Amino acid sequence: MTTAVAELKSNEPERALTVPPVRTIVLDRPPEPVRPVSQRDAVRRIGLAAGPERLRLEEVSVSYGGKDAVRGVSLSIHQGEVLALIGPSGCGKTTLLRTLNRLTELTPNAARTGRIVLDGHDIHDLEDTALRARVAMVFQQPNPFPMSIFDNVAFALREQSRRRPRRAELEPLVLDALRRAGLYEEVKDDLHRPALRLSGGQQQRLCIARAIAPRPEVLLMDEPCSALDPISTGVVEDLIHELRRELAVVVVTHNLAQAHRVADKVAFMYLGDLVEYGTAQQVFEESRAPRTRDYVRGTFG
Amino acid sequence: MSAPLANPRGVALATRGRRSSVRTWRWSDRLAVLAAWAAGLFLCAVAAAVVIYMGYRGIEYLRPALLFSRPAPGVAQSETGGFLDPLLGTMLLTAIGIALAAPLAICSALWIVEYGRHGRARRMSRVVESSIEVVAGTPDIVIALFGVALFQLHALAFLSSTGEGGGVTGQSFIVAGAVMSLIALPPIFVATRDGLQAVPAHLREAAYALGKTRIATIRRVLLPRVRANLATGVTLGVSRIVADTAIVIVLLGDTLRFEPATGGLPGLRLLRGTGSSLTSYVFDNSPAGEAGAPQKAYAAAFVLLVFVVALNLVVERIGRAQASSQGLAADGGIA
Repeated sequence: MTTAVAELKSNEPERALTVPPVRTIVLDRPPEPVRPVSQRDAVRRIGLAAGPERLRLEEVSVSYGGKDAVRGVSLSIHQGEVLALIGPSGCGKTTLLRTLNRLTELTPNAARTGRIVLDGHDIHDLEDTALRARVAMVFQQPNPFPMSIFDNVAFALREQSRRRPRRAELEPLVLDALRRAGLYEEVKDDLHRPALRLSGGQQQRLCIARAIAPRPEVLLMDEPCSALDPISTGVVEDLIHELRRELAVVVVTHNLAQAHRVADKVAFMYLGDLVEYGTAQQVFEESRAPRTRDYVRGTFG
Repeated sequence: MSAPLANPRGVALATRGRRSSVRTWRWSDRLAVLAAWAAGLFLCAVAAAVVIYMGYRGIEYLRPALLFSRPAPGVAQSETGGFLDPLLGTMLLTAIGIALAAPLAICSALWIVEYGRHGRARRMSRVVESSIEVVAGTPDIVIALFGVALFQLHALAFLSSTGEGGGVTGQSFIVAGAVMSLIALPPIFVATRDGLQAVPAHLREAAYALGKTRIATIRRVLLPRVRANLATGVTLGVSRIVADTAIVIVLLGDTLRFEPATGGLPGLRLLRGTGSSLTSYVFDNSPAGEAGAPQKAYAAAFVLLVFVVALNLVVERIGRAQASSQGLAADGGIA
């Protein structure tokens, strides 16, 4: 009873719970390529049936030099759906994401407990290079390698096998990855141009092409749109939506409107704890914890 | 346009900016500006004086024949030949020095940045860095002296020529080149290290996140990325070697002509023998040296100056090309 009263007090009655915060975007031209948020929601909410479970986290905790960054997180990630990790800065979203492909191990004083299971195997038993080929990652900053567009994608495929595959063998795989990342039409005329000559949005799609080229099972994205303009953001969001057919996607985002647009499942984290985890509708519209409700309504964050 | 006008502070700043002139300055500011300009112009004048005087003298005395004829013993100026051997000697020394210095410097920079930043390796990498600083700060004549002490050891006799009576001279192209690599190493090391440190962490992580090993990341991502830094470092190293005199005089034997060593493997005789470089040729022909042909010293000095200035231009060119390509790079485009 007492908690219910506290929750009631924290609710401001004039705010409707069902309205997600929408960012106002000022553009110098009408944003044609991006569908208005309301329309996109209508299109996107035609849900895809969740596929098989790819990743399962059991009581995962991560600490840096004894200081907890993530505490006891358990959740499962399925093919065919996009999981958005949301929460205020420093809540452990990025740490959790980087734990999934064991990138946190590059930080010398990081320690992890708990189990992470990829298709039935504990990721701790996998070679880290083999794991990272199956759990790919896209970063906040577009970071193509200093080589041509073709070589950027081919690099991901090349040293996968001991034998050095020939260019002709790689070509169909590279072109396929570029097509799936929606970049092929823009770069097909000159695949041997340096990747750093592309625009920011194109670079980010190249990074996505590079990540999905080896056909991973899970794609991790760490705020993939925060360095992009609104139009490129729309393109990348459409792409995320498309990609979830073939793999499980985990997106860390600060942008609640984006989480609302792309996510099927949402996990809200606060100070290292997983506060709420459920379908996007549950978390945004019927959130159980008062913290979540305050955050998704923009009371804090 | 309307926004600054609507802001009264903006207007005030703009008008003050337009009216600002020397007349409204304080005396201390005027003096400081004057001193800064004077210092800059003085240095420009000194550099211009050196280049113009050497250029004038060089063009006056330089003949194509000097570049293509070997030095020869003789009494009259017309009999002593040109400086083909010193020119080739400089190139040979540079090749040996860089061939030894570049791999060492690049590998130590890679180790320090990529492996030596954490844990126990950290203290070791500090030791390596300060050792390289010590080498960089040591006068070349001191390094040369150490080289003599080292290479006169009998165990290392196979690297240098043998004097009369079987004594080890500790003088040869191999020895001088090896010691030259010490003075070429610091600039290559520093350029590579700084380049690697400037690579954003997420670029490395992107390679690791694709399942790449550390060595694949270094080979395919990091080294290509710091290519311009490597080129700058190597060019600086080359200009150090080309410009050095002390090591040549002490460790190359200072014979104006190539004097191949006797005995040993035939292919190595030239490398084990003595010779000269442009710098030692200039020294020998200057009033301080033995040969005493100042006209030839001027001509050789001019060639040397052209070398060094050209190398400096190359360094600057690389730096500018890198700056413009980095401007297009991912880390430049974030608003």
